[in-house]
Amino acid sequence: MTVPISVTVNGRAHELEVEPRMLLVHLLREELNLTGTHVGCDTSQCGACTVIVDGSSAKSCTVLAVQADGGSITTIEGLSAEGEMHPLQQAFWDEHGLQCGYCTPGMIMSGVDLLERHPDPSDDDIRRGLDGNLCRCTGYEHIINAVKSAAGGAE
Amino acid sequence: MIPSAFDYQRAGSIAEAIALKQGAEGDARFIAGGHSLIPLMKLRLAEPSLLIDISGIPGLSGVSEDGGRVSIGALTTHAELESDSVLLASAPVVAEAAGEIGDQQVRNRGTIGGSLAHADPASDLPAVVVALDASIHIAGAGGERTVAAGDFFSGLFEVDLAEDELITSVSFDAPSQAAYAKLRHPASHFAIVGVAASLTVEGGVCTGARVAVTGASTHAQRLGAVEEALTGSSLDDDAIAAASAAADVDDVNADLAGSEEYRQAMTRVFTGRAIAAAAAR
Repeated sequence: MTVPISVTVNGRAHELEVEPRMLLVHLLREELNLTGTHVGCDTSQCGACTVIVDGSSAKSCTVLAVQADGGSITTIEGLSAEGEMHPLQQAFWDEHGLQCGYCTPGMIMSGVDLLERHPDPSDDDIRRGLDGNLCRCTGYEHIINAVKSAAGGAE
Repeated sequence: MIPSAFDYQRAGSIAEAIALKQGAEGDARFIAGGHSLIPLMKLRLAEPSLLIDISGIPGLSGVSEDGGRVSIGALTTHAELESDSVLLASAPVVAEAAGEIGDQQVRNRGTIGGSLAHADPASDLPAVVVALDASIHIAGAGGERTVAAGDFFSGLFEVDLAEDELITSVSFDAPSQAAYAKLRHPASHFAIVGVAASLTVEGGVCTGARVAVTGASTHAQRLGAVEEALTGSSLDDDAIAAASAAADVDDVNADLAGSEEYRQAMTRVFTGRAIAAAAAR
């Protein structure tokens, strides 16, 4: 069985036929070639696959593509307009918020959700907002600094 | 492809969802946020033949209050509960507990109806709805019925819900003073133990208490000895210490997160914290 779905990804409309068991992350990576969204743990814990679905962050390894039908999705590729980095991307660069970079797309997409909810976040808000994202190399301080910097609250 | 193959249908109404379930061959399952079901499907611990997506059914989402009675639609997400202005004013314990679930991404997708129907022994909301003496409203082919939360949870992932029934809403009287205290597993964010306490206080004396624990056993349960010890007490530090020391979980579980002794001990600690927080509210 395949199901027709229509999704808007990074502002671009797509009409697709998908198997119901296809995960959203696989739709993005394998059908739409948007490989910036990573698969880390594949068990909805690490957050590497985080994207924005209809305005809220979601772990795309735990969403079926069919559940996104009719929806609007933003991935890491959708953040930078005309080659200009999004403030969060720039802040991760400036604050050394990454080392290997594997968790970074998910961290940044969670940061987008976080700054939407808390435009002027406290450290606690940031730690809480990034609770669903794991980084295994840089430690978290630079990541928190980056989000704070993007929010305009850098020391 | 990670899960087994299945068919997929969207239901536009409760009646259509139930009809699809009744007409299905094999193991049909309802799906809303999918944050309990999809992980099981990816492990192939669940291999439904059909998913009936109820997430688009109108009228099953949101929080309302009428004359002190609070009603929460089954499709309301944990993130919505966490920041809902009605709940923050009338039943902050629900927002508080919802904010303790998983992480932001999980709270954005998971729903109260799905969480209660799934009844993970370490999920947070069962303790809260039991402590609030909530009513679980259920729709099925035979019409609608209501079950008291205290009777809804019966065992490990076992609830009073037939195959072709679904939860439509949860309602409860706005509590006078209630709070939730949780020992959170640092990796999974599930409750090693979580305790919800709802108190009625008149003239400095506790005239009624409902206290329930999750995470400690197969399902959420009331701590009757704690409730008895609290009733008639002044809720001072000594009274809270004495009442929480009476906490005793039936059929306490043991796993990598904690032995039976540890869970009993932590139940006493977090019972004390929940009562103190409720008393201060």
